[in-house]
Amino acid sequence: MIKKISNLGDSALYCDFGNDVNQTINSRVIKIFRNLKKNTIKGITNITPSYNKLIISFDLDVINFEQLEEKITQMKIEDFGEVDKRIVKIPVCIDEEFSLDLKRLSEKLKINENEIIKSFLSKEYFCYMTGFIAGMPFMGDVNESLRLNRLETPRVKVPKGSIGITEQFCNIYTYDSPGGWNIIGNTPVEIFDKFKVDDPVKIRPGDSVIFYKINKKEFSNWNE
Amino acid sequence: MNKKAYFEILRPGINSTLQDLGRENQYHLGIPFSGAMDKRNYLICNQLVSNIINKPALEFAYQGPHLKLKSGKATCAISGNVSFNIIKNNKTLEGKCYETFDIGTDDEIDILSTNKSVYGYLSVHGGFEGESFWGSCSINTKAKIGSNNGMKYSKDQNIFLTDAESISYKKKIDYMNSKIEYIRVLKGTNFNYFSDEAIRVFFGNKFVVSKLLDRMGMRLEGPKIKNNVSTNIKSEGLVKGVIQVPADGNPIIMLSDHGTIGGYPKIGVIISADYDKIVQSTPGSNIKFKLVDLPEAENLYKLYNMDTQNLLNQIR
Repeated sequence: MIKKISNLGDSALYCDFGNDVNQTINSRVIKIFRNLKKNTIKGITNITPSYNKLIISFDLDVINFEQLEEKITQMKIEDFGEVDKRIVKIPVCIDEEFSLDLKRLSEKLKINENEIIKSFLSKEYFCYMTGFIAGMPFMGDVNESLRLNRLETPRVKVPKGSIGITEQFCNIYTYDSPGGWNIIGNTPVEIFDKFKVDDPVKIRPGDSVIFYKINKKEFSNWNE
Repeated sequence: MNKKAYFEILRPGINSTLQDLGRENQYHLGIPFSGAMDKRNYLICNQLVSNIINKPALEFAYQGPHLKLKSGKATCAISGNVSFNIIKNNKTLEGKCYETFDIGTDDEIDILSTNKSVYGYLSVHGGFEGESFWGSCSINTKAKIGSNNGMKYSKDQNIFLTDAESISYKKKIDYMNSKIEYIRVLKGTNFNYFSDEAIRVFFGNKFVVSKLLDRMGMRLEGPKIKNNVSTNIKSEGLVKGVIQVPADGNPIIMLSDHGTIGGYPKIGVIISADYDKIVQSTPGSNIKFKLVDLPEAENLYKLYNMDTQNLLNQIR
């Protein structure tokens, strides 16, 4: 499952699952992540899953790389199945006030704006990971016809709630943040809520996300 | 009944936040470790005022806050390389780092500057009243998490003290913050993205700390580090101390409030033993890197830890 283990500095272990990005590989990453969350190994301070890597940070006062590598290699991996898999529905408003890059996408991809939105809304997206900023979900895969690079010059401030796409992925900005993804809409839903201490993120790795369209009025009156 | 003691902020300073030992187990949500940047100075400061190990201290950068104690008495200490004054009954006394001092109602602490360094710490006996999120009071201004609604302190705010009573005995320690010669690093996971020439440049030259420096990261300027493979990788997790090299060839060091995921190649990772030193490097100062291997890094950490423990034991 893990192709190679190496050290990332003196207090983190880097598990490499290969270079491909797809749901099969990411599911393996998440499987190890969940196993480690359930059967805690003393000294681990953080576990960071991403598309095809898993980084395990540890407290060098408690354990070192060699000891942890041995534990990880010998770990009995349980399959928790898809128990945790949820489908999360996210409303999105495409009003021009929010769809900052729709025109650009339309011009670059040579597809009209309605078709872009239709294509985007037609798919169920898999959440590969959360992070960069608190709770930001990295999801995929968007239809091939919609894939485009990041903006050449990133925005200094992407508004909170913005939904962006770049290459095969889409994301949601959980805070105002610098960023270079192509923004196509905005959601009024709070994706990260620090006061829900036990479960602050709306979308977890492994979840499926469905976007549906709402109008400006529904957006303004949104009340969870 | 005694009114709860608090500091009134007459001047907030540039970046004054409460910090403790940091927040574990939230990287997967996008929440970094945070915590005191210079761990040793934080620990010494808390030890001086006899606080338990994880009590939040007030961390400041460059220019610190000007505080006035309202009601009660407090035993305080300041660590780092810091110039500050204690103002009692309109008399200004020059403060001394690494020793406790007592203040009473309406006395002021004016933290003027950190000298040739970035961060300093103020601890009070009993500790500041922090709000804990996921086991830490550390303020993370990006995710707005921790004490003070996750924001740095501003003028006219009050910082409450938990149990501010002065302790009757003085504590001090002779400590000099050591100068850095080299910052020691381990090979990063994309080390082989860089040619032998690029590696020679990286370890053979000085880099200058740029003005783009905060609790999230430190950008360096100097000779460009070219990469042979790709200037982007598929986004993956980061840890503090990682040195990334983006397309422009200028290294970026991830610090305690870093984004948890990044997509630039990692040329190296700063060893844990040198982290306290790198964070104290001011804009304009020079950095030289030196390559070490893992057993060496682990040994250096043991030494660093022993030194820290010895210092803390001297204060006891």
